[in-house]
Amino acid sequence: MTAVVRAVDVEVGTELPPQSFRLQRVDLVKYAGASGDFNVIHWNERVATEVGLPNVIAHGMLTMAEAIRVVTDWCGDPGAVVEYGTKFTKPVLVPDDDAGATVEVSAKVIEMLDGKRAKIELIAICEGVKVLGMSRAVVQLA
Amino acid sequence: MALNVDLVGKQYPPQTYEVAREKVREFAAAVGDDNAAYREVDAARALGHADLVAPPTFAVVVTRGPQIAVIDDPELGLDFSRVVHGDQKFRFTKPIVAGDLLVTISSVSSARTVAGNDILTIRSDVADTSGDPVVSVFATLVARAVEG
Repeated sequence: MTAVVRAVDVEVGTELPPQSFRLQRVDLVKYAGASGDFNVIHWNERVATEVGLPNVIAHGMLTMAEAIRVVTDWCGDPGAVVEYGTKFTKPVLVPDDDAGATVEVSAKVIEMLDGKRAKIELIAICEGVKVLGMSRAVVQLA
Repeated sequence: MALNVDLVGKQYPPQTYEVAREKVREFAAAVGDDNAAYREVDAARALGHADLVAPPTFAVVVTRGPQIAVIDDPELGLDFSRVVHGDQKFRFTKPIVAGDLLVTISSVSSARTVAGNDILTIRSDVADTSGDPVVSVFATLVARAVEG
């Protein structure tokens, strides 16, 4: 499948519109149910602190799912994402309050590949700290 | 119990997964993504997909069972209580769409111990029922060294 965005309109350095995502405890519970990942550290503060974490942490895969929206919203077709990878460098701590955690995601094109494909670097920051490392997506452009 | 590095290359039995429209909608709602291509069949078809397209990371739902088969292998020797998710990668040949019947084969892609940390990469190759590749998923798990 192919994005709505055309390769001729994109160059190295093109910035995608940034977005920020709020994660509250309820979002972790919803993601646990939808994904089948019921690891206790994602919803139970007692167990999370017992294993040495400062608080309940978001599923890395939930942060990854949020971050790629910057790419899929920009390119117009989620099916145009041909590669997506990341390291999980720091956990997203989700306190038990109304604010929760906020993840700010920015992205830019870092390389144009053969066949109208763009390589994009994603940066996800929570509380001033990078939570994803070496996060890259490749998108098939029109 | 140490990670058994001799298991590199071991393949596990194929598992099938049928992609339901409502599961795609549920997953998209759970990640708060209101992209119409995940919810409305007409919107997905307008983009050229046969049916609802799944969000890229939906592939973890498809590969979850086959991955657990690796983690639960008694020969593997992974201390899951000390595991953190190190990294994750998806390489798509084509997107996952509702109605797909998918067959996944997981294997131990790499297994090594570095500074007392056990590092395991599970590869899951997802294909359609014709055998055509859909997506390859790489999940790296790190069992942290016991301190002291």
